Amino acid sequence: MDQSRIRNFCIIAHIDHGKSTLADRIIEKTGLLTSREMQNQVLDNMDLERERGITIKAQTVRTVYRAGDGEEYIFNLIDTPGHVDFNYEVSRSLAACDGAVLVVDAAQGIEAQTLANVYLALDHDLDVFPVINKIDLPSAEPQRVIEEIEDVIGLEAQDAPLISAKNGIGIEEVLEQIVTKIPAPVGDPDAPLQALIFDSVYDSYKGVIIFCRIMEGTVKKGTVIRLMATGARQEVVEVGYFGAGQFIPCQELSAGMVGYITASIKNVKDTAVGDTVTDDKNPCAEPLPGYKKVQSMVYCGLYPADGAKYPDLRDALEKLQLNDASLQYEPETSVALGFGFRCGFLGLLHLEVIQERLEREYNLDLVTTAPGVVYKVYKSNGEVIELTNPTNLPDPSEIEHMEEPIVTAEIMVTSEYIGSIMELCQERRGRYLGMEYIEGARALLKYELPLNEIIYDFFDALKSRSRGYASFDYDIKGYETSRLVKLDILINREEVDALSFIVHADSAYERGRRMCEKLKEEIPRHLFEIPIQAAVGGKIIARETVKAMRKDVLAKCYGGDITRKKKLLEKQKEGKKRMRQIGSVEIPQKAFMSVLKLDDD
Amino acid sequence: MKELTKGVLELYLHIPFCVKKCLYCDFLSGPADRTVMAAYVEALKAELEGRAEGCADFKVTSVFLGGGTPSLLEGERILELLETIKKYYCLDPCAEITIEANPGTVNRQKLACWRRAGINRLSIGLQSAFDEELAVLGRIHTWQQFLQTYEDALSEGFDNINIDLMSALPGQTPESWRASLEKVLSLKPPPCHISAYSLILEEGTQLYRLWEEGKLELLDEDADRLMYWETGRILEQAGYGRYEISNYALAGRECRHNCGYWSRRDYLGFGIGAASLFQNVRFQNGRSLQAYLEHPLNCRQEEHALSLGEQMEEFMFLGLRKTEGISPQGFQECFGQPLEEIYGQVIKKNLTDGLLEYRENGEGEMLALTDRGLDLSNYVFAQFLLDEDPA
Repeated sequence: MDQSRIRNFCIIAHIDHGKSTLADRIIEKTGLLTSREMQNQVLDNMDLERERGITIKAQTVRTVYRAGDGEEYIFNLIDTPGHVDFNYEVSRSLAACDGAVLVVDAAQGIEAQTLANVYLALDHDLDVFPVINKIDLPSAEPQRVIEEIEDVIGLEAQDAPLISAKNGIGIEEVLEQIVTKIPAPVGDPDAPLQALIFDSVYDSYKGVIIFCRIMEGTVKKGTVIRLMATGARQEVVEVGYFGAGQFIPCQELSAGMVGYITASIKNVKDTAVGDTVTDDKNPCAEPLPGYKKVQSMVYCGLYPADGAKYPDLRDALEKLQLNDASLQYEPETSVALGFGFRCGFLGLLHLEVIQERLEREYNLDLVTTAPGVVYKVYKSNGEVIELTNPTNLPDPSEIEHMEEPIVTAEIMVTSEYIGSIMELCQERRGRYLGMEYIEGARALLKYELPLNEIIYDFFDALKSRSRGYASFDYDIKGYETSRLVKLDILINREEVDALSFIVHADSAYERGRRMCEKLKEEIPRHLFEIPIQAAVGGKIIARETVKAMRKDVLAKCYGGDITRKKKLLEKQKEGKKRMRQIGSVEIPQKAFMSVLKLDDD
Repeated sequence: MKELTKGVLELYLHIPFCVKKCLYCDFLSGPADRTVMAAYVEALKAELEGRAEGCADFKVTSVFLGGGTPSLLEGERILELLETIKKYYCLDPCAEITIEANPGTVNRQKLACWRRAGINRLSIGLQSAFDEELAVLGRIHTWQQFLQTYEDALSEGFDNINIDLMSALPGQTPESWRASLEKVLSLKPPPCHISAYSLILEEGTQLYRLWEEGKLELLDEDADRLMYWETGRILEQAGYGRYEISNYALAGRECRHNCGYWSRRDYLGFGIGAASLFQNVRFQNGRSLQAYLEHPLNCRQEEHALSLGEQMEEFMFLGLRKTEGISPQGFQECFGQPLEEIYGQVIKKNLTDGLLEYRENGEGEMLALTDRGLDLSNYVFAQFLLDEDPA
């Protein structure tokens, strides 16, 4: 295939601006699929993705387009994950492209992720052209948005296609501009192989399927490939490209092409996103730039609700990890919850996605402990611990100081909500960096925030305090010294390890108090009174009491009622089975999760 | 295995009619016109007749006409029902025959009819001695009307009378509850039986809806228990014994029919929704009035033969409702296995928790709920459900 007739591109957009819908229309218009074959949003193929309207794994499709100039062009559309948790994956997907289509909502204009995505694309030297979507909305203001794009981003936007992806308006113009505005790939098919891995999936028949962009050289069946970062080595079994929803084998992949490689690789860990594939016999001089090992940012404990299901949970995690190398897990034991796993995630969304997949696809009932970030603990003896489980925090007397991860956050908001958003950031220990006014009534707020302040519900709080208008994006900045303490919860005077978490010293009292209140609601009355206490370093800082059970009686029980009343007793007995026994106290599973919802006021 | 109750049978007749549904009521009942009521009585008679064959060897020791409001039926209808029973069943001459009656639906003529029919026990639904509290419940009568009914009943020769009362009503205070009890105790003569229930808010009732909508404030557990304890104290002082969680009687006046339920005696239920326990099989009639009127013998729903384990469970959670408790000896005789073997651990735990205790009653050792156990009886009972059937 002539390189000049290949276009490798992605679509970037703020969430909900219509990225996936446009992708669907492109696939539909380029004729590989009839409308009837199209599921809604072809590219988001996990149920979960479709429900949440977000893309979690990069999806790629190759289509053929006959352009106005009479030539046929190969379009490789690489759909990128749409969430800040997956920023690294996004950056690798972008690196596989030569250009990007920027979708902006004609009513909402530029949002925080629009900016973040554009800057990311420009960082990768992509040619970006804008498309104004949803022009059929009554509130659409395409001209204003065009000006905004030119003023704020500095992209030429006067000839941006005005489209409605939903209703198929203006798609033809988008396709033509893909041909004219996105450059063809370059690269020497005869040079040593150099291919960028931007994703991989596990298939039980083929093993790991590597998604890659060939930068230089050629790969075909029989080539012995080497993955430069992980060192894995295998003979290629098959190469091919991406039909819509299927893998189509071909002879070879050469410089400029996007496709897949299978090579009997058993573990996705060997095929790290961002790694370089080369020919083992004729390797390229250097790997492609930008590879980094993915770090888990958020950790929590996952436990089976029914202890006997521990092996099932292990199997499920193993299987998920085959497809998702960024999921980390290792076994751990909790006094309260028994055997489970400490799992590491890219972010809170990633955590939620994994949790939901475990529950849905593997039918597991889970107990999740409070998510936390990775803290660095500097001990007086010079040792440094990367703390992922609060329970492992050394005795305070051994700690010299602690550090926590900090992010730089950009929040875009209309001016009327600036006050309330600044207040929110202040409450979350944010450090104000500055504010830029953007085109009239909107501002971009810049803050530094501790990661642990934004992992639970920051996004929800942001939305509720701005009536849904604020948008948000962040980058990890690094670690900073912080006054952190471990908050312990004692139920009936026994410490419950699964409920401990790390918190800033200044917020400890407030969090402890709310924890106790919440647990008081969740723990049923027992035969005896149960004190619930929050403690920092052995000192009680808050207390609530679950009063002793006073009444549990059916006043009336006659003839016909007996079957019904027995069902009541059965329900009561079932309920007890779902409790966790901590000492002499039975705690419902969901109490362990209640800490996640401390801030719903 | 020795069947303790073989040959003895109780009959329950369900009369699903009332003047107007009370706000707290979740029983199968509702208003109906005279012709429907008459047709229903005919259907009941047909069901009584049709089921009699299998019961020839059984002595019927009690009959209970419950509802709904059975007293709403014309006196003659009741008479016909009892005639039918006498004709087809072996009714013990000493049988306890009870009818539930609500003030406002009773008169001298009906009472006289009931006497003629052989009814010897009256259960009057009073619920409260205060008209405001009656109004909250949606009752159709007043205290004054009750007094009239009570007086009429005495005049017609009824001496075995129960009065239903309810505590923990919305707006009720410990004082007003005490006053209700005392007003009932000061009747001349006072009733020989009192059922005193805490209000149970049942889903699907109007009261429940009001509560959901926040228009009704319920008493908290503490107030509820205070009233319950107070009930026991006051009634015991007045000579009544608590023989079941919510039932109190002068000596020898316990309701035999209800005791049958808790002792797992065989009983047959007639009419819509009525449940039966017969030879360790539980079954129930369907709830459709229409279907019942058309085919009274064809409305029985699926039968459930109780497994050995289920029988044991019932033995415990029904038997322990009685304040005298259950007899370990009786358990052994009934099931051929020692109580200790099946429930040793549960009993031990509850003895330790102070919810159960062993008592000597003259004839042998009994296992019974303690006072605390009475407050937490469900908590205790749920533990007597078995994970699997014993071998």
